[in-house]
Amino acid sequence: MSLGKSALRWIDDRFPLSIFIKNHLVNYYAPKNFNFWYFFGSLAMVVLVIQIVTGIFLVMHYKPDAAQAFASVEYIMRDVPLGWLIRYIHSTGASMFFVVIYLHMFRGLMYGSYRKPRELIWLFGVLIYLCLMAEAFFGYLLPWGQMSYWGAQVIINLFAAIPLIGPDLAVWIRGDYVVSDATLNRFFAFHVIALPLVLLGLVTCHLVALHEVGSNNPDGIDIKKNKDKSGVPLDGIPFHPYYTVKDLVGVVVFLMVFTFIVFFAPEMGGYFLEHNNFIPADPLKTPAHIAPVWYFTPFYSILRAIPPMFGSQFPGVVAMGLAVLMLFFIPWLDRGAVRSIRYRGLLYKSWLGLFVIAFLLLGYLGVKPTSVWGQFGGWLGGADRAVVVARFCTLIYFLFFVLMPWYTKIDKTKPEPERVTF
Amino acid sequence: MAKERNVRKRRMLVLGTGAVGLAGGLGASIPFIASMAPSARARAAGAPVEVDLKNLEPGMMVTVEWRGKPVWVLHRTEEMVQSLSEIADEVQDPMSSSPMQPKYAGNRHRSIKPEYLVLVGICTHLGCSPTTKLVVGSGSGLGEDWKGGFFCPCHGSKFDLAGRVYKGVPAPVNLEVPPHMFTMDNSIIIGEEKKA
Repeated sequence: MSLGKSALRWIDDRFPLSIFIKNHLVNYYAPKNFNFWYFFGSLAMVVLVIQIVTGIFLVMHYKPDAAQAFASVEYIMRDVPLGWLIRYIHSTGASMFFVVIYLHMFRGLMYGSYRKPRELIWLFGVLIYLCLMAEAFFGYLLPWGQMSYWGAQVIINLFAAIPLIGPDLAVWIRGDYVVSDATLNRFFAFHVIALPLVLLGLVTCHLVALHEVGSNNPDGIDIKKNKDKSGVPLDGIPFHPYYTVKDLVGVVVFLMVFTFIVFFAPEMGGYFLEHNNFIPADPLKTPAHIAPVWYFTPFYSILRAIPPMFGSQFPGVVAMGLAVLMLFFIPWLDRGAVRSIRYRGLLYKSWLGLFVIAFLLLGYLGVKPTSVWGQFGGWLGGADRAVVVARFCTLIYFLFFVLMPWYTKIDKTKPEPERVTF
Repeated sequence: MAKERNVRKRRMLVLGTGAVGLAGGLGASIPFIASMAPSARARAAGAPVEVDLKNLEPGMMVTVEWRGKPVWVLHRTEEMVQSLSEIADEVQDPMSSSPMQPKYAGNRHRSIKPEYLVLVGICTHLGCSPTTKLVVGSGSGLGEDWKGGFFCPCHGSKFDLAGRVYKGVPAPVNLEVPPHMFTMDNSIIIGEEKKA
């Protein structure tokens, strides 16, 4: 026996290393018809690793102190050797995380990857998405720029709109009566310790659930129905080497795009790093236009689209919260006869298309002031065009979920094939 | 029979232990939740400020600092209060319908007692501190028709003697009225409210 083999034997007698590799890589069979959309799960893992590694090195130089935070970020950018690179990788990674996650979620919607028996995979996924939003929000305060400060101010004030407990809750979240050093310190704790731990736990659950039931595929059919004599799915191929190698190609292309952004457009025209955030936080000076970073804007638009009722912003806050919560219910709202969009009818395709258009429009409007498209004349008497469009899109957004049991049920579906297609 | 009793006994014990454990866990979470509330230092810095009104003659104004912000207390004369209704159609929000004040100040004169005005002296446009222009008419430098009020030198926003914003200026809403209350001995406390 060679040295390597005997070393492995020694480990296997004490720790199930070979069994683990077999169960989850070599003897783990994935459908052979994965397409482009199946890159984004592994890419999300890559970005997670990038964020954790760059984050660790940023913390070595960053100071979570209201008096020093802004300067310490500038110190990283100017004085720390290659500090600018590490910081730009981290800030680009934040936005790319959401790019990848949104595409990954859209894949799930298209191919019905949330349908029985994969409901829990989807639920863990939505929790990961929520956790990621919190992580991004807490992280955005840390550079202590104007947008950090006022963005946090606006979001924390959302909690203040909750009836009865709101104002006290907001003070408790801030640890002060205004966003201050106390707030910065606790956001730092959440961003670097609490949420990364939760995130890693959720990602583990997401993968354990996935490996329990196996991947869905673009045809949305069950590959376990057709097995050979030894019980291997006829349409399955071992994850390793087939998909590890395929995913590597995806990673290489992704990193090309990623590094291009890091080196040539790290601010992405003010969308990845907002211009106002290069001004130190000033509690006495509100920026003229406060916009969240692009990945929050669809929900921010929904918040703005709902007019205050009974002199309270609370209905808007509820709508924004519901917009995210709706995602949890999809596995039980969809009553279609087939999983994949390939065999769905025109009705589902139209609703999904409308949903995507509404989501993108809401996202666009969220980065702009409500006056961006001017005002209506005539009978709409001076109403902001953008507000009316945002209200309409909000309606579509919610109808996509609320009407889902109905339109998926009556939709004219095509018969699913017996075996996977390409 | 004895076996069944045993099962019941064990279930009771499990439930009891679980309940006690849960109570303990909840208790243990208290220090962590409490530690996130404002510290003694933050509370001291954000404490209410008391302003003595005895020496504040009609027409006079004092500025105090509350939670890092300048707060104006103005003792309005009768003419000043009168002028508020005269310019009602020159201001954007004459009846204070947007939520820039506590409920008890949501009226025409934006205060508890008509004569005492309490305002946060921060422009609602971009956060500059407006200058006080109590002089009426051309002496103020703001034209013949000026009825007294506040003028923001940064971008020219104008506010009247109730902190209501004039039409056609950059500031979107009225100046903020902080929570405040009167005490028995003729003084005002900023940052504290009478419980309803």
